[in-house]
Amino acid sequence: MTLQSIVQILASGLLMGLIYALIAVGLSLIFGLMDVVNFAHGEFLMLAMYASFGLVALTALDPIVLMPVIAAVLFTVGALAYVGVVRLAMRARANLGMVQIFATFGLAIVIRGVSQLLFTPDYRNVPNVWLGGRTIPVGGIYLPVPQLAGGLVSILAFLGLWLLITRTDFGKALEATREDAGAVALVGIDKNRVFTIGWGLGAALVGIAGAILSIFYYIHPDVGLPFALIAYVTVALGGFGSVFGALAAGLLVGLVEAMTATILPPSLKSIGIYGLYLLVVFVRPRGLFGSL
Amino acid sequence: MATGLAIPQSGKDAASAFDRKRRLKLLTGLAVAAAVACLPLVVTDVYAQNIIILTLLYAALSQSWNILGGYCGQISLGHALYFGTGAYATTILYTKFGVLPWFGMIVGGVVAAAIALALGYQLFRLAGHYFSIATIVIAEAGLVLVNNWDWAGAATGIQWPFVPDSWAVLQFNPRNKLPYIYIALAFASITWLTTFSIETSRWGYWWRAVKDNADAAESLGVMIFKSKMAAAAISAFFTAIGGAFFAAFVQYIDPESVMNFQLSLLMALPAVLGGIGTLWGPAVGAAILIPLTQVTRSYLGGSGQGIDLIVYGLLVMVVALAKPEGLSSLFTSRKAPRA
Repeated sequence: MTLQSIVQILASGLLMGLIYALIAVGLSLIFGLMDVVNFAHGEFLMLAMYASFGLVALTALDPIVLMPVIAAVLFTVGALAYVGVVRLAMRARANLGMVQIFATFGLAIVIRGVSQLLFTPDYRNVPNVWLGGRTIPVGGIYLPVPQLAGGLVSILAFLGLWLLITRTDFGKALEATREDAGAVALVGIDKNRVFTIGWGLGAALVGIAGAILSIFYYIHPDVGLPFALIAYVTVALGGFGSVFGALAAGLLVGLVEAMTATILPPSLKSIGIYGLYLLVVFVRPRGLFGSL
Repeated sequence: MATGLAIPQSGKDAASAFDRKRRLKLLTGLAVAAAVACLPLVVTDVYAQNIIILTLLYAALSQSWNILGGYCGQISLGHALYFGTGAYATTILYTKFGVLPWFGMIVGGVVAAAIALALGYQLFRLAGHYFSIATIVIAEAGLVLVNNWDWAGAATGIQWPFVPDSWAVLQFNPRNKLPYIYIALAFASITWLTTFSIETSRWGYWWRAVKDNADAAESLGVMIFKSKMAAAAISAFFTAIGGAFFAAFVQYIDPESVMNFQLSLLMALPAVLGGIGTLWGPAVGAAILIPLTQVTRSYLGGSGQGIDLIVYGLLVMVVALAKPEGLSSLFTSRKAPRA
């Protein structure tokens, strides 16, 4: 294997890794905020991809331009999911953990069913995207433009999230609620509002990822499942609740997947990720950056 | 004043009341099994009988899941791994080595229990969601590996040979569902009886203690790790038996049909619906969920419309939210536990 092809593999792995990190960070954010794993996360991604498909058909604009709209749509979806389902699940008096798991699982199944009903199970793709199918030669290697743009958007989104958490009042409220959801009421923070916005934010982040994915990936009602699985692995690897952990783990997952795909047949490419995850979790049960 | 106080029951009275309650439970179980055994006399339609078989199978599978997930509180979302182990062990032993499925079934169960112990050794150090997600990932890794295992048919799967009706190899004419109904009923009864007898044994109390408050339990001398391992092994053993039965019943297996993630979910859901960690929960849940999903699928699910998924998802969501103790709590007079 030449040096060039190694660099090529690393580069495409890192680019995909940035997108995986963006998919995973919303999940991690929500978990950090309220200890709930959203098992409908993959379905949020799928909805974002359909939103992109639909909006492109409606406006004839490009997914890159429509990204803020798609993020807004998903923000609404996330906030509604909290208000309509998760808020109620948090009130359960028996089997709390189990109720949260199966309430979001039920939601996921309903969303998938509704999508099949409305959009049919056919595979679709967004036609005539500006960035689709292009590559840029950089120092002897070729980088696919959609992934490159996706990586860039992901970095910007992480930067924005970091600024939001560290520099704004909402960020402080978020941190405070994550520390102690009961005590924040004493200082006038409405915890339900923080949770609602937190879910909206988490979904908006996966919405951005969905807009990017719709440029180079086919869209169908079950498309969320494999990505959700990667997101769970990424979040568990980085440590639930850790934003930086999601970024680092996403990059690692992208790299390992790209390397596995060159060594093993394509149908085995996810084995590398699963192996890495198990190795890490067995040594550090709360992931690389999770607090113990 | 003194007359207003309840007289404390003597130990002997309490014990006999306890025995009476147990005997009543056992009799109820017998009555239900007898009623189900008579069902095929009334229900002769092959499609309906098929639903009975699946309902019994899922009642048994969910009962097995319930031992680890319900009683011991370790929410596994990767039981498809054990189901697949049973299905593949039986099928491979039968089609490649001519070993009777009855033996293959036991081999599959033992192998699955061994896998559960080996995995549990690592997994039980993980808490809460970390545990559930690890079980998903491991089952998914298993699915990927079997999908690439050429000797075991890889993604194409393995077909059972066509043979005349035979109890020895568990093969019957596709229109003759009776033998399968009785095997499935026996399987469901065995898992029910296992749960019934363990419920009040030391293991049963230990499991519930681990579920409710592991730290407190440990301080009282409950061996947490051992409890979880025992629950995992028993649970995996029976789940694999279910996989073996399923393989013989459908006569063709491939990784997607016996190791898919949806299967793991389907094994947990009846228990969730009926009442997690209860003796009757899985059976009640299966009796509602399986006929409902089968019927909606065949009447509303054609051409991939997704209405069956909507009904099914709504049911899961509504029960999880509205009745977290499960539907079987409707039948018991026990007061709701105070929060």
